[in-house]
This record gives sequence, C-alpha cells and structure tokens, in this order.
Amino acid sequence: MTIKGKAYLVGAFEHPTRFAPDKPTAQLHAEVAMGAIEDAGLSKDDVDGLFVSGDAPGGLQSMGNYLSLKNLRHVDATDIGGVSPIVQVAHAAEAIALGKCNVAVVTLAGRPRADDIHTGTVPRIRHVAAPDVQWEFPYSITAATGYALVAKRHMYQYGTTSEQLAWIKVAASHHAQHNPNAMLRDVVTVEDVVNSPMISDPLHRLDCCVITDGGGAVVIARPEIARSLKRPLVKLIGAGETTKHQEGGYMDLTYSGAARTGPRAFQEAGVQPSDIKYASIYDSFTITVLVQIEDLGFCEKGKGGAFVSDGNLISGVGKLPFNTDGGGLCNNHPTNRGGITKIIEAVRQLRGEAHPAVQVKNCDLALAHGTGGNLGARHGSGTIILERE
Amino acid sequence: MANYRKMAAPSPDPETQPFWDAARQGKFLIRGCNSCGKVHWFPRTICPICGSSNTEWREGSGKGTIYTYTVMRRAKEPYVLAYVELDEGPRMLTNIVDCDFERVDIGQKVQVVFVPTAPEAPPVPCFRPV
Repeated sequence: MTIKGKAYLVGAFEHPTRFAPDKPTAQLHAEVAMGAIEDAGLSKDDVDGLFVSGDAPGGLQSMGNYLSLKNLRHVDATDIGGVSPIVQVAHAAEAIALGKCNVAVVTLAGRPRADDIHTGTVPRIRHVAAPDVQWEFPYSITAATGYALVAKRHMYQYGTTSEQLAWIKVAASHHAQHNPNAMLRDVVTVEDVVNSPMISDPLHRLDCCVITDGGGAVVIARPEIARSLKRPLVKLIGAGETTKHQEGGYMDLTYSGAARTGPRAFQEAGVQPSDIKYASIYDSFTITVLVQIEDLGFCEKGKGGAFVSDGNLISGVGKLPFNTDGGGLCNNHPTNRGGITKIIEAVRQLRGEAHPAVQVKNCDLALAHGTGGNLGARHGSGTIILERE
Repeated sequence: MANYRKMAAPSPDPETQPFWDAARQGKFLIRGCNSCGKVHWFPRTICPICGSSNTEWREGSGKGTIYTYTVMRRAKEPYVLAYVELDEGPRMLTNIVDCDFERVDIGQKVQVVFVPTAPEAPPVPCFRPV
C-alpha cells in the first residue's frame, strides 16, 4: 500500500499579507482556504476533508463551523508544529486513497506580528502539563537558544562556520528580491549576516527567520478530480513523517528527524536526492536548513557547510535551488509555522508559476521538508516528494 | 553568594516530587534503571531506554562535561543555556553559571550547583566550571 500517485495538489494559495492587525486569525484561515479552493477551480461545497493544526483557533469544530463546510466527512488536526501541513498533505493522500474523502483543504494562518509575540527569544510553555516543562522552562530555552545549541555542536563536531551558515540567508535573500510580498527584499551578503547583532551564539539576527502574519492553504484531490481541473498536474509520490526525541538523554543534536523521513519518502517515490530539481527546506534558522539538507541526503553528514556555500542554493546558480520565494528567512513564516509556504512554493515551481527570475527550468520533481518544534529539544519532521505529470 | 539571574520555578508533580525535595537539601538525584542498567534524563518512572518500571532514584555525582551551549544575548540578563553530559551518561538541559560567559566551552568539566528560583519553590540544578 502506498500513497504514490493517489492524490494531487490541485490548489495552492499564500496570503499576500505579512501584517494583519485588521483581521482575526479565523478570517485569515477562511481567506487562505477560499484562495486555495478558487486556485484549484473548485467550490467550497466540493470540500469533504478539512485539515487544520495548532494555529487554528478553536480547532476543527470552530474552523469547520466558521467556514461552514457542510459536506465534511474526514477531519485531521495533527499538530507537530510548523511542519504539520506537510505531513497533513500525506495524511490527506492516505484518506483519499482509502476513499475517506475526495477534496481536502489544509490551512495555516495566524498573526504573531500584530499580537507582538516575541516568538524566538522569549521562553514559552506550550502545555503546562507537558512532562518536559519542569526540566526546561526554568532554563529559558527558546526557539533561538535551542537552535543555537544545535549550531554550536555542529560547528564543534564538523567545523561548520558562521560564514557557511550565512550563505543560506544570502541565497534566500537573492530569491526574495523578486517576491513583491516578501517581508525582507534586500539582497544581503555573508558579511551582512555575520556582522548583524548576535542573538544567541552562534546565531545572528540574520540567521533567524522573519515573524509574519498571514498564512496559506493547499487543496489535495483524487486523480479523477485533478484531471478534470484546468491546473497543471502535481502529484504526490512519496512521504515520510516522524518525531525526533531526546532519547532519555542519549541524543545526537546534530541530526534531525529528516534522517528518517527523507529516506522513507525517497524510497516510496523511487527517486534519489540527486534527482530533485527544487527543494523547499524549512528555514526557521540557517542551521535548520543545513542540518536537514545533510539528513535528507543532499550531501554527506557534516559537509553541509561546504555544500551550501558559494551560492549553491541560489536558483540558476547552484545545484540545489531552495526556497525560491525567499523562504522563512526572508519572505514569510506565518504564525511561526513555515510548513504551508514550503508546499506552496514547491507547487509553484512544478507548475512553472514561480517568479521567472527564480523558476527552475524543467522542474518536474520537487521536495518539501519541514521541522516543527525545536531541533534543540524534540521536534516533528515531515518530507513530501512531488512530481509534475 | 553568587549573583544569579531570576529563574522560573519548576513545577513538581507526583512523579518528580522526590527530586525537587532532594534539591532543597542540595542533593542531585538521578533516575537509574535496574533492568537495562542505564541512567536516563529527565527522570521517569518508566525507563525511556528499555521500558521497564524497575527504576529507582540514586544520588548523582553532580559532575559532567559541556556537550553544547549558547550565550543568549538578547535577554534582559544574558544567560548560558547548555546541555551537560553527566558522568553517569545522559545529557541534560541546564544553565552554566558562576563564570565568565566568554570562556565557556564545549568539553569543559562542570559541577552541579543549585540556583534559587521563587521563595518557597525548589532550586534548580545548574552547573559551574570546575
């Protein structure tokens, strides 16, 4: 049993806003849902599967009710952080393969910027009864400090440098200059990154993603429906998901869950990392990209620093064009969850609808991978591989 | 008495109360498993390594080595977040205190020190270079 070829991404929509003080989160969810449904050429009543995550206020009941989806027969509120939409695309394909639904919508939206939430630098308790809180909260682990722990260890173990990490931001900025909606559109240099203020050693301000309002949605449908629509055919051919843990204190912080989800997704798809023409790689921080690129098999473990250097991630320049929308580092990281925008840009690339300056030629095979939670503690991971038919 | 930054109080639960009671006495407990023989972190009744419930509290050496760290500079009071690899094996999240933050390094030997949190609340185990 496989999801290969059982479902297609027929609709994708990224909200143009990056600052939404005038709209509540529920409205943003509704706007992205309708945007993706319209992009597919479908109507709201065609939707019979709804997928939301921890960012949806009130969860499935409130969102289903707000959107008033009257034909729902499959619902899923998987929450493993920002990667959730990526694994939910695979879950939607599973549901479609089993006949549980025909047209599924995955939404993500929120407004941390309007609400002035200092996501990366202030410790947060996600659930007061989570067993790890008493062992971690007093020490002030945050998004920035947690990922910094990984970066520091990676540097110690493999000789990775701040300049190499900076190349990831440089590549993202080269792409973002062409995206009119991107939050940061200025091209930056390696020097700009390493000279930006230190946040949490060794991560500088420009090693960190943006904090934005907005969101996005995708629509997944069964093959017969996809073929009846007027959009290019983007097929899901492989997927992997996991959560990576602290292993009772015996973890290796230089690895991510991608080391498990990548091989599974490639095996199901029947392709190799070297076959991938475009990759959306979760970029909460520069180190996030580096670790995942290694774990997905785009280069040898520990060699990510050399791999990402000298523009190797820049479309039209390097071997692995990544995050051609500008990614979370420059374009958008709506509600501190970068999963949906990773899927959307992969769909744009496969359709040939990316900005001409960053469109990968003959882009027929793409990967989207994400991490949710904290690489420095525990996290969810998800990989999907998409093919243009 | 060193001048510590303000740290949030831990929230003991029935499973972990003995750890925090011991912390008030300046004792650093660890949880070991009689089935697989391993010490794990953070302490659990059911061993996260092998799944056995044949686990027990033991007094730890309080000695370890810095596995990784970061100096958080964008905070009211900068602090050092770290994973310390205990001599007994597991790696625990903690803060490095009582030192020049610029001289902290991976591989450094450290010793547990209990840092006060809120009045009435137990202190938390941090580490200082030896």
